[in-house]
Amino acid sequence: MSAIAATPAKTLPEHHYLNATYGIRSWLLTVDHKRIALLYLVSVTFFFFIGGFFAMMIRLHLLTPSGYLLSADTYNRMFTMHGVAMIFFFLIPSIPAVLGNFFIPLMIGAKDLAFPKINLLSWYIYVVGGAFTLYSMVSGGLDTGWTFYTPLSTVYSNSAVAPAVVGIFITGFSSILTGLNFLVTIHTMRAPGMTWFRLPMFVWAHYATSIVMILGTPVIAITLALAGMERLFGLGFFNPAMGGDPILFQHLFWFYSHPAVYIMILPAMGVISELIPTFARKQLFGYHFVAAASLAIAVIGFLVWTHHMFLTGQSTYAALAFSFLTFLVAIPSAVKVFNWTATLYGGSISFDTPMLYAFGFLGLFLIGGLTGLFLGCLGTDIHIHDTYFVVAHFHYIMVGGAIMGYLGGLHFWWPKMTGRMYPEWLARIAALILFVGFNLTFFPQFLLGYLGMPRRYHVYPPEFQVYNVMSTAGASILAIGYLMPMIYLTWAAFFGKVAGDNPWPATGLEWKTQSPPLTENFEVTPVVTWEPYDFHNRPDLGLDAVAVNEVLPAHGHD
Amino acid sequence: MHRTGELYGQFKTLEQQKETATLGMWIFLVTEVMFFGGIMLAYALNRHVYYPAFAAGSNTLSLKLGGFNTVVLLASSFTMAMAVWSSQVGKKTLISIFLLLTISLGFVFFGVKYVEYSQKFHHHLVPGKKFDIFYCVNNPAGCPDVDADELMEESKLLDEAKAADPDLNSHAQLYYSAYFGMTGLHALHMVIGAGLLFWLLKGSLAGKFTPQWNTPVDIVGLYWHFVDIVWIYLFPLLYLIDRHK
Amino acid sequence: MQPTTYLVIILTLLFLTGTTVWAAFVNLGRFNIVVALAIATLKATLVVLFFMHAKYSPKRTKLIILAGIFWLALLLGMTLSDYITRVDYRGVRFPISQVTQQLPAQRG
Repeated sequence: MSAIAATPAKTLPEHHYLNATYGIRSWLLTVDHKRIALLYLVSVTFFFFIGGFFAMMIRLHLLTPSGYLLSADTYNRMFTMHGVAMIFFFLIPSIPAVLGNFFIPLMIGAKDLAFPKINLLSWYIYVVGGAFTLYSMVSGGLDTGWTFYTPLSTVYSNSAVAPAVVGIFITGFSSILTGLNFLVTIHTMRAPGMTWFRLPMFVWAHYATSIVMILGTPVIAITLALAGMERLFGLGFFNPAMGGDPILFQHLFWFYSHPAVYIMILPAMGVISELIPTFARKQLFGYHFVAAASLAIAVIGFLVWTHHMFLTGQSTYAALAFSFLTFLVAIPSAVKVFNWTATLYGGSISFDTPMLYAFGFLGLFLIGGLTGLFLGCLGTDIHIHDTYFVVAHFHYIMVGGAIMGYLGGLHFWWPKMTGRMYPEWLARIAALILFVGFNLTFFPQFLLGYLGMPRRYHVYPPEFQVYNVMSTAGASILAIGYLMPMIYLTWAAFFGKVAGDNPWPATGLEWKTQSPPLTENFEVTPVVTWEPYDFHNRPDLGLDAVAVNEVLPAHGHD
Repeated sequence: MHRTGELYGQFKTLEQQKETATLGMWIFLVTEVMFFGGIMLAYALNRHVYYPAFAAGSNTLSLKLGGFNTVVLLASSFTMAMAVWSSQVGKKTLISIFLLLTISLGFVFFGVKYVEYSQKFHHHLVPGKKFDIFYCVNNPAGCPDVDADELMEESKLLDEAKAADPDLNSHAQLYYSAYFGMTGLHALHMVIGAGLLFWLLKGSLAGKFTPQWNTPVDIVGLYWHFVDIVWIYLFPLLYLIDRHK
Repeated sequence: MQPTTYLVIILTLLFLTGTTVWAAFVNLGRFNIVVALAIATLKATLVVLFFMHAKYSPKRTKLIILAGIFWLALLLGMTLSDYITRVDYRGVRFPISQVTQQLPAQRG
């Protein structure tokens, strides 16, 4: 280890949050935000496997054009449950509930979140909602698409709509309470000296995400409640036979579900904003602009939902307005990409695994975001709506963006969470495998969509088979890229090399505590006197102008 | 609940704790605004498109009962505000008295709602297979609580509405979807509120609330007032459509 | 906040309730709903400002309240803007509102 990083510890600290208390009750009744984060880690990973299983069924089935594996009805259930599991039970909670819960109090110098018991309640609500949805899956599944369009979902579908709707309704409250907890915590629990503009960008990102959670999730809650009541009790708002309007359902549904995609990407952007300065050894370029861009994405993200409905016969004037606003919402995202790139320029870049994920994010999010413009443009959307172009677009953002951010964050903070370092070379190989697998899976889908292959169909014209086979092959490679970190991160948590307080080193307040942290995080409330991402002026971390200019050896591991 | 005025571990001062709790409740109320907002949107659109059906539906509601309930709920907001004031000035007995009054008014509201809902059930006005907005007009014997004059008026109204909308029965179900959806959700929130009030009453009878620490009373008060505000909107939206004849 | 203030507010609220019922029996055509909502909003404002102490709360609280109202307005306004600005192939504006005819009193 270099003289710059803190002296490596040969053993873990004697007392920390993992060994503070023992037994299953101490975990299931914990109010420690760090333990709750680990509870979430286990549950979201479980649902990731479930969503992944359905993805595997989809890709296997699409190897041939004529539907050899599944019937049309079963295929509908596969893509529906893939979407439901991945969106509501993996992507939306992932970074906020795991990394946000764990690190927001540490980053602001607090002992815990504002409402620790509500934090635990959030997890239980998630589990109960998940149980209802699992029940729906095992009792035959859902065939309406994760979008639950009416009147298929409320009147005509013969699948287990009601339990799934109840499950997602319940899980929504988990999201609302987490967002509420974060907003209040960031407002009232910051340590002395931790002013708004000294906050890590990860915290800003979660603040913006929490605003979206608070204002958007209640709307899907009422929408699902109304849809559920229509299915169970015959209320009629969305049923044309009674004079109701299916487009009203779509408006209400997408009012949340569009901002929901910002719930999924903003935290990942927050992670990237931590990774790039750390591994380029340089202050985040344009801190204020990146913070403002996060808030701008959160707000403008609420103004664009109708772009999911361009082909429903809505008003042309409204469509024009929403298309314009959709182009507008791309601007703050672009601002962030420019700022990250500018941070890299002139930096001292090292290619540790978290940075590989950050690079992956930059490229893939860029592609995903740019292709969104084709979809937001009214004329081109007519041709590519409901095709694989859309599927590729959102997978580039959700997987190429959000999941890369999640994995990058997990790797970056794993030494802090567990006290032990993951195996670096294995991790780099896994990242590369994931990147190759991902592109092989989803790039052909852009071509398929452009060439006209519709989404959500269980058969396709034979001329599309080559790209579909490429996509399925890529999916198998991608699966390996996911399985590898699951295995080695778990192994490293118990048997990895002891990491020490600050293996990278990074400048956040969380890196000043021991690894793993104490239950109460800080023995003494810290007083913050430094600016964020200041790699030149942090003698307390061994970072000063002289040290940074040295050639840095690989840090944190051999 | 922890002992009176105890500082929870993650806070540094009681002031920070109170500020946090109050901020949390206000943010929660914003989520409730968006929650009710969704069904308000459904109401707004459908009322505009199916005005005759909504007018017909609204006129089957008892203005007396609805108006009475509005007064009851406003009064309960007053007694709740007085309970909060009592806790701020340290008049411990008054807190319990006002909380009890608030709870009682809440139960009066539930009672009236029960009467209204059971009336709807008997008059075949619940959305579903048995829904029939003409039921009372065609079967006066089945609706003994409606007198002959009211039936005459209702018959006239329904004929006029049917002339404007031949599909009246189908569309009137949308009005009742809104009625049961909105008042049902509101009642559910009131039940939760009543539960919270009972919990507060338990605390106030044990003398837990002092001028230094009355946060639970304060934030439950905020919740109760919000529930009142929802009804302030529901009353004109559901009970006062096309009442001028 | 003194009990006398609360008393004044509750009496005002009761008076406004009476007003809204009275106004419902006056034929204002399509302005009935406007008047009803205006009175309801006035009542709600009194409850928020005085019973919920918003008038005496920090700026942050007022911002949160305004944000909530603004977002509700977004939901209602932007969704209805789709319906209101629709024009069908015959050139009929807001076609969905033509489904049923108006009641005689409404036309007044």
